[in-house]
Amino acid sequence: MPAVIDVRDLRTHIVTRWGTIKAVDGVSFALDEGETLGLVGESGSGKSMTCLSLVRLVPRPAARIVGGEVRLDGEDVLAKSEAEMQQIRGRKMAMILQDPMSSLNPVFSIGMQMREPLAMYHGLRGNAVAARAAELLAAVRIPSPAARLRAFPHQLSGGMRQRVVGAMAIAGPPRLLMADEPTTSLDLTIQAQYLGLLKELQQRHRFAMIFVTHNLGIVARTCDRVAVMYAGRVVEMGPVRRIFTEPAHPYTRALLESIPRFGVRRERLTAIAGQPPDLARLDAGCAFAPRCPAALDRCAEAPPEVTIAPGHTTRCWLHGPA
Amino acid sequence: MAPPESNGAPVLEVTNLTKHFVVRRGGLGFSTGVVRAVDGVSFAIPAGSTLGLVGESGCGKTTTSKLILALETPTTGSIRFEGHDVSALERASRREYRRAVQAVFQDPYASLDPRMRVGAIVAEPLVINADLDAAGRRRRVAELLDLVGLPARAATLYPHEFSGGQRQRVAIARALALSPRLVVLDEPVSALDVSIRAQILNLLVDLQQRLGVSYLFIAHDLAAVAHMSRTIAVMYLGKIVELGDADAVALAPKHPYTKALFAAALPIDLDQPREEVTLSGEVPSPLAPPGGCRFHPRCPFVMPHCATEEPALRSESGRLVACHLY
Repeated sequence: MPAVIDVRDLRTHIVTRWGTIKAVDGVSFALDEGETLGLVGESGSGKSMTCLSLVRLVPRPAARIVGGEVRLDGEDVLAKSEAEMQQIRGRKMAMILQDPMSSLNPVFSIGMQMREPLAMYHGLRGNAVAARAAELLAAVRIPSPAARLRAFPHQLSGGMRQRVVGAMAIAGPPRLLMADEPTTSLDLTIQAQYLGLLKELQQRHRFAMIFVTHNLGIVARTCDRVAVMYAGRVVEMGPVRRIFTEPAHPYTRALLESIPRFGVRRERLTAIAGQPPDLARLDAGCAFAPRCPAALDRCAEAPPEVTIAPGHTTRCWLHGPA
Repeated sequence: MAPPESNGAPVLEVTNLTKHFVVRRGGLGFSTGVVRAVDGVSFAIPAGSTLGLVGESGCGKTTTSKLILALETPTTGSIRFEGHDVSALERASRREYRRAVQAVFQDPYASLDPRMRVGAIVAEPLVINADLDAAGRRRRVAELLDLVGLPARAATLYPHEFSGGQRQRVAIARALALSPRLVVLDEPVSALDVSIRAQILNLLVDLQQRLGVSYLFIAHDLAAVAHMSRTIAVMYLGKIVELGDADAVALAPKHPYTKALFAAALPIDLDQPREEVTLSGEVPSPLAPPGGCRFHPRCPFVMPHCATEEPALRSESGRLVACHLY
């Protein structure tokens, strides 16, 4: 059985006044049913652009997918026509974004907004639409769902709104759910509830999930595998436990060490020197080299991806082929 | 109600502080309600120390910080700064107080004027409040920029020429311009990239050691709060539910709400056994807080009398807890 989503050497470039930005620069990964990949990195590392590339929603004309392959259940997504993409987006590949208020239209009731995809993708009409919408709201644990269909987004709390977005995302049900910082705008105790809900929905529908976040705590709790991105490239990928206990790339290591942890009293945190890179002015070599404590002369060349343990790969000369 | 193990005289002492906002609802603004944003809060910040204030949005953290910054006036209760009641200060001493208490806010993109050069931004507090000529101000600005780890030429640049972390350094330099004794840090690293946060937290620790300044550190990243603070106060719907030594509160929380918060904080230690407390329901509206213990509708350990009797802050295993369980 092929992987649900198989991404190979994906490249998305953005043409700007200051030069071409390689926002996604050769990203590869594959996910099976029910598997969750955590996509970690700082802003501008290409996490969100990777997700947008999978559904071909990169901001055109500036951004363009210039190479690689994206296969959803074996079918080539990049070769689909725009009409075919309409049937894939929101149905087979769904997305949950950070701010539910910008995903929902403030002037339409929840019921009106849910009606559109249900009618378009599933051909539901009349009472069947409302019934299905209420069913979906109930699935995301919204109390008195039938009454909520008449509510407007501003009448719901942040957590409720994000649940509504979740309900629309699972309408497909999707084969791949991409959640881009879905809990960042929510309160702490509500975050935990929402993560639990996503996990539960995944168990029921068996979709593959890509979880974009910069919060390593969320990754530790919800993901099976982690891909660490830096300046458009995946610098390290592996099973969650391996990445947390034996990080191979200096960036991953530095990231884990720079985070305050409970019960570890330290006067100072191990900070990562320097600033995030300017993507328009990247050299051919490793983008992390200027901030890397272990940088070598060879880092001026781009390091190849090497496998250091089953399922654990990294792009770093420290582990490079001799 | 000093926190356990406070040493030295408190720089700031807050006693039974309350702030009520009257809100008007309905089309004509007739019907009114009262939001008890801060409702009987007491804590003290020892000189040269850090108090961490945590809680979800709407719990009253920001209102508390506004009261301390004298941007709002308390409904009742007192704020004492170095022994003096702030509300009773004369005009001149009030200005002195505003100089001694400064703030750094979350978003350095919003808190710095994009049309002012960094030198002018950092010098601005000095113009009114310090008796310095232009050359003296320039020297002080250079000194402050050096203190926060920025090169002297930064003074001639505009905020947009800096990254988020560097902008936050500018905001910190401005806050330190008048040598304050207390700095309110309202989510100082939340808007920054993960790889930059540690730099700024380290800078804040260094500055505290060098200058002896006290901090009120407000954040929702609990691990960062535990790292930065000596004492932690946990707020829920306007009240402090737990207050005590940072390590004790972070590692062995007592109040069910604190337990849930710290369980939700998702520590990255995969094997650390932790008590899992997941809350159901949402934070109730502060317009109509539940009776009795305000946390009881969401509490997994709720008892019958929680709905009727409000628990007082009592001493329990080296910290103060407001819960009927103890």
